[in-house]
Amino acid sequence: MIFAMLLSAAVSGCDHKKALPPALTAKATGTAIVVVSGDKQLGSPGSQLPQPLILQINDDQGNSVTGAIVQLAGPPGVAFTPQQILTDDNGQATFKVIMGGINGRYELTASSQDAHGKTFSLTIPEFAAGYQQEVGYEVNQKYCSRCHNPDSTSEQVSNYDNLAVKPHRFSDGVIYNNISETDLTTIITHGGAAMNRSALMPPYGWTLNKAEIQGVIAYIRLISDPPYVAPGVVYQKH
Amino acid sequence: MQTNNKGSFSSIRAFLCDPFRMFGVVSVILLLLLTVAPAKDYFSQWRSYQRQYLNLIRNRGDAVTLLRHFQGGIQQIWIPQLGVIDRCQTCHVGVAEASLADVKEQPFRAHPPIPHKLTEFGCVICHRGQGAATTVSEAHHSKMAGEEPILPMRYIEASCGQCHHEPLEGTPKLNQGRLMLARYGCVNCHAVTLPDGSTMQGTDNPPPLTHIADKTTREWIYAWLKDPTSYSASSTMPNFLFSDADASDISAFLIANSTPQPGDSMAYSATSSGSASDSSAGAVLYGESFCASCHATQNEAGNLVGGDLGPELTNVGTKVKPGWLMAWLKDPHTYDPTTKMPQYRWTDQQLQTLTAYVAGKTDPDFVANVHLQPATQAQIAHGKKLVIEYGCASCHEITGIPKPDNFAPDLSRIGSKPLVQLIFLPGMEQSLPAYLAEKIRQPRAFGPSLHMPKYSFSTSQIEDLTTALLSFTNRSFTLPPNLQIPAVQDTNYRPAGQAGQLMANINCLSCHRINGNGGTMAPDLSWEGSSVQQPWLDTFLKNPNTLRPTLIRRMPKFNLTDSERTVLTNYMMTVYQTPAFERDEMPLSGYSPDLVEKGRQLFYSKYACQSCHIVNPNQDKGYIGPTLTTVGARLNAAWIFHYLKDPQAIRPETIEPNQHISDDDAQALTAFLMTQKTIAGQGAK
Repeated sequence: MIFAMLLSAAVSGCDHKKALPPALTAKATGTAIVVVSGDKQLGSPGSQLPQPLILQINDDQGNSVTGAIVQLAGPPGVAFTPQQILTDDNGQATFKVIMGGINGRYELTASSQDAHGKTFSLTIPEFAAGYQQEVGYEVNQKYCSRCHNPDSTSEQVSNYDNLAVKPHRFSDGVIYNNISETDLTTIITHGGAAMNRSALMPPYGWTLNKAEIQGVIAYIRLISDPPYVAPGVVYQKH
Repeated sequence: MQTNNKGSFSSIRAFLCDPFRMFGVVSVILLLLLTVAPAKDYFSQWRSYQRQYLNLIRNRGDAVTLLRHFQGGIQQIWIPQLGVIDRCQTCHVGVAEASLADVKEQPFRAHPPIPHKLTEFGCVICHRGQGAATTVSEAHHSKMAGEEPILPMRYIEASCGQCHHEPLEGTPKLNQGRLMLARYGCVNCHAVTLPDGSTMQGTDNPPPLTHIADKTTREWIYAWLKDPTSYSASSTMPNFLFSDADASDISAFLIANSTPQPGDSMAYSATSSGSASDSSAGAVLYGESFCASCHATQNEAGNLVGGDLGPELTNVGTKVKPGWLMAWLKDPHTYDPTTKMPQYRWTDQQLQTLTAYVAGKTDPDFVANVHLQPATQAQIAHGKKLVIEYGCASCHEITGIPKPDNFAPDLSRIGSKPLVQLIFLPGMEQSLPAYLAEKIRQPRAFGPSLHMPKYSFSTSQIEDLTTALLSFTNRSFTLPPNLQIPAVQDTNYRPAGQAGQLMANINCLSCHRINGNGGTMAPDLSWEGSSVQQPWLDTFLKNPNTLRPTLIRRMPKFNLTDSERTVLTNYMMTVYQTPAFERDEMPLSGYSPDLVEKGRQLFYSKYACQSCHIVNPNQDKGYIGPTLTTVGARLNAAWIFHYLKDPQAIRPETIEPNQHISDDDAQALTAFLMTQKTIAGQGAK
């Protein structure tokens, strides 16, 4: 009997926790969530993402909605401030996101309710880089991004437009997910020509060390979109 | 009832008094007690985790391999010379199994790849916590008797910093935090001694206050003391949260304590340079002189544009007196001999124009509401007392006040400070990282009598600083010295002779690095004499046009005289030579057309150099590397040859990949490049 009481207390405790969030009531409703900025950021495990995540609620006309509720949920370990909020005058909601303690890809879910109380949601990927991916990111910033990232900034102008054969953005999972680890290592080490790809990709095997090349590959795998699934290991849920 | 009770009691007594029964009962009790020990062991936390692990791996494709690696019982890494006894692997069974990378739940996840082996360093050196413990709460969270709890993941880079005192590629937070300790002058008040015995030095270069009255007004000092960030958002001066009266007294003391110095000010007449044409001429001169390479200004959108070597100039006209500004622009070393600002050798007319332009950058609101009464002697004396109390002389040179020693607590071992020695604010998390972060965020909340100033750092900046502080541990002093990797210290190299004086005057070392000393904004000049041809260097100094069109920080024109340039180029060509090869071992011209043609083909096909370099501006587009249109008139042939062979050997920082070019190919490429003497590849045809 005591067990049953404890169980019911635990269950009611859970219920109570679940019942906590609707302290906010939506003043308006929309039909779609769009990301304004802050998705696909590279952070580090356990840390706040460098930029806030800004979402916008739109109605079916595509106009922003003020006062609609936005909730965020994520895998265990991820924290949000606030957990839910009403959109501001521009129809936008701003969240600080603290990543979980494990490196890898995190898929956050933003949700809101439409006029009929039906929930609609949006999946937002964010990335937490461990040591290896961080090394890869630094190497990418110094060597790779000048050609592989088509976006120019005032501090770093992209060379993408100047190349006869266009390189692929590292987040392009459609391309990179189909190239094996060994082939990527060969391309980076011996240049594009070694794998019958563009000769404009120079060899980096005498410039970067093994760990740095592994790091670049780990970084490419991390930010890949669609996400990269390692081949080989079969993992069945027991 | 009583009789009933008595009856049962006596029956128990009768039962126990029988020695055989007594023996039986005690034996049973003893047996039960004896089972407690094995039961406690059997039901222990780590056994339960090991059973869960076996369940987890059973259904995986590589179950056989994993099972073969599995060892039951308590697992221990023992490294006596590092003081490591870690039993973490008892529960974290799969930590060395790379194939478990997809497992998300702890304690079974594989450790992500790092450059060190688990068996060489163990776990607690990086993660802290109690390695010898075999329960989760003791290993992870124990705070008793000076024990360290586990380090939160977001500060994990601090652990790398216990051995690696040089910046590492994979630790951006730690690197940034260390830079901030130096840049924001933390180490001017707080001593930080590293395990190799060296001390951290500030890089903020705070200005001397010995003749500050020549430069600015008491009103500006007052407003600046009250809130430095409202004058310049990028200020490295913190806010000491002075009261109005205290700020007024300190400003009074600084002005009264200032001794005028001849040459600090020049006659400047605003009337002669108020016209619109002069103002645009000023903007042009400001742009031409590349002031923005070092100084930032805020644009309309509120973003800072420009370098951070010198102070932000958005509102500088509010701060400085025009007469002082003009004298400063003429020769900054008069006011501050240690300044990084070069002497530009502008003409008097240019000085007028530039002074008018720079002094026009004002924010009248900053000092508009400051109305100070003339200072009394008592106020000045009180101001002096405050200046001593708040340790202003730790950073600034102030006449009559020596730099205090040990002004603030030593931080050399702050990362190992026991929790019992910390006083926490009510409601805050009781951990060392949380304490450090909060102390940086709101130092005065920890006590009204504290003098630590308040910086306006962002959350991530505080995290960076906390990471750097957490790396200063007891352990870093006790680790074997052969594990310590010291940071590269600047040498105290200074160029000698007449050229040396000239280089000090235009402060080459503010931006360029030579023989291990100097800035990192511009190329290293240690081997410039081997690299370039003298006529090119002379023309370049006369009118520095950039080699890399995409750079926004550029070499300014110092208006050197012909003889000054001759002195400088002679010195550089003679002294700054690499020992790796002979500069003149290959000719500057006269290569056979066949060799040149072979080089051209190698350039465009095999090595695809045009993806980053431009030789023929009509067809090549790459602009990551410098333009090579006139490279044959700029570089020496031997330099090109050896650079092609191994770029990093000559310039370790270059991003040009080492393509392992053979001697023959490198020779042909050199021949081709040496024919590029005039624009549009006319030389090559």
